[in-house]
Amino acid sequence: MPSIEEYIPIVGKELVDELFLLGESMKGKAFQNINSTSVGGGVAEILSRMVPLLREIGVNARWDVIKGDEKFFAITKNIHNALHGASIKLTDEDIEHFLEVSKTNASELDLSSDYVLVHDPQPVALIDKRNHERSYWVWRGHVDFSDPYLPVWNFLARFVNKYDAAVFSAPSFARQLNIKQVLIPPSIDPLSDKNKELSEETIREVFQRFGIDPSRPIITQISRFDYLKDPVGVIQTYKMVKRYIDLQLVLAGGGATDDPDGLKTMVEVQEAAAGDKDIFVLFLPPASDIVINALQRGSTLILQKSLKEGFGLTVSEALWKSKPVIASAVGGIPLQIAHKHSGILTCTIEGTAYWIKRLINDPAYAQVLGSNGRKHITDNFLITRHIKDYLLVFLSLMHRNDIVYL
Amino acid sequence: MVDSSTFHFKTKIDLTVLLGIKATTLTDLLAGIKSVPDSSIYFHTHKFLLQHQFISPEPPNDFAFWVTNALNENILGERIASMELIRVKNVAELRKQLVDLIEGSLIGHTRVVDSPPGEEFHFMSSQTFVLESPYAACSLKEFCVCLNNVSTSSLFYHIFDARLRMNREENDFSEWFRRIGNQSLADAVRQIDPYAQSLESLRKNILNLMRIHAEH
Repeated sequence: MPSIEEYIPIVGKELVDELFLLGESMKGKAFQNINSTSVGGGVAEILSRMVPLLREIGVNARWDVIKGDEKFFAITKNIHNALHGASIKLTDEDIEHFLEVSKTNASELDLSSDYVLVHDPQPVALIDKRNHERSYWVWRGHVDFSDPYLPVWNFLARFVNKYDAAVFSAPSFARQLNIKQVLIPPSIDPLSDKNKELSEETIREVFQRFGIDPSRPIITQISRFDYLKDPVGVIQTYKMVKRYIDLQLVLAGGGATDDPDGLKTMVEVQEAAAGDKDIFVLFLPPASDIVINALQRGSTLILQKSLKEGFGLTVSEALWKSKPVIASAVGGIPLQIAHKHSGILTCTIEGTAYWIKRLINDPAYAQVLGSNGRKHITDNFLITRHIKDYLLVFLSLMHRNDIVYL
Repeated sequence: MVDSSTFHFKTKIDLTVLLGIKATTLTDLLAGIKSVPDSSIYFHTHKFLLQHQFISPEPPNDFAFWVTNALNENILGERIASMELIRVKNVAELRKQLVDLIEGSLIGHTRVVDSPPGEEFHFMSSQTFVLESPYAACSLKEFCVCLNNVSTSSLFYHIFDARLRMNREENDFSEWFRRIGNQSLADAVRQIDPYAQSLESLRKNILNLMRIHAEH
């Protein structure tokens, strides 16, 4: 795991000094993160990198994962889909089971920390066990809340309103709540296996392994096989472009332990891709970070054609590698891409196909987009900024003024 | 005791606060601009400068960007974009100018245009945390060295925040140059329009002015 000092050449010494200063202001306090999975998905990925760095800057940080049975995760998957707008009703039995599992977790976890950051809906009900006397609790929603199915959101809001603050990844996710709401986009770690520099040889070897031809254009979407990422729509887009340009499509991703729908989508994708040797559907096992890194670096363009998106960290990953990105204008993606400046935002299959052709035919413009994108990610979406924001949100609960002199 | 001949460079970190107020039409935007706190007006007219440093010098503020891109109100967008923020003395004045421009545009406006779904304007504000930086200068020579090294956030704080967020008479650099007796340099730096350039250009321009004034 890289040390905090190794980030200085990337983000500058001053930013790292600021982190130490903020860490100092939280000295002697315990900072606990709680989520529902230790592997797979963006939350687990960022926490695994962030917690050691927090400790290095002097924060007594820990990370706990709640437990749940298959039924619990099926219910929370329904909650996840409902927050993305699907009309899914929670039955009384679902609610009872959800609360029962929360109660069991609350009794098994040590919740005595001074600062508690609870991630996503699965552990939201732990708030009922807070010690009001001496702790600050913040709830962090990572998913797209722009148009939630209201009965399910109202159920969750009962708990969220008991926190001191709520954190969302994009401005459009803000809700009518009685508590402070803060914008904190997620981040990527530039030194992780998924984002670090790779040798040309490593990249070549990965493409060879999958039989992908590096001499022809390659468009790639990296994401979980989830209908919200619209992998079938990506295949339709590819087929529209294929009439004019001899390109290849790579759809690569894995699944998280709390995602029971992944395999179903995977089957639909395989059916849509059947019979085309230039479509590469790669279901990657956990710990494939170097492979993903290489696929992104070796591709001509990166797509992220999601229907809904919590944030879309794969966009930041690709831009960090100076790759031109075409992505849907959903969730947190417009925060990462200023249209026609640091990438391309589209809404339709036809628009995406048009821009694929345009960027493949105009590599100089594509390069400018990638280069601007890298600068934007360096300034706004790296893990060091994210750590800073998490510390600030707790400091903001202790200092209520608009301007705070630390 | 604070030594008034020493310039202590500060830096700042902002936490973005979501106000939960959104606009889909020009009328909604006007209502929001009239009601949100000063920190929100400041946030929407300044954060683009710090966050999108590679897009220079436009788009300069969120209101102009939204009015142009979400509502296709190009004339009003251009007017908001070209407001001379350097001449504005405080946020109340800035708010009034915005209100006047939008109200003027709404006169005789019979057509109500809604922003496309997903492109609503979301009002935000920021909570600013001010920190000491390791840089301090007792002379113009030392000031140059520091200015070459401080972060863009520090530069932003002393030039933009000092005037409109901290309600000081002028930017911190001019104030210090004046305090140590260098009136002409203070005036020259005060004359720069920081809104019409990127932060790195601003840094270079101030350093350049310091060099010119040192030679005379």
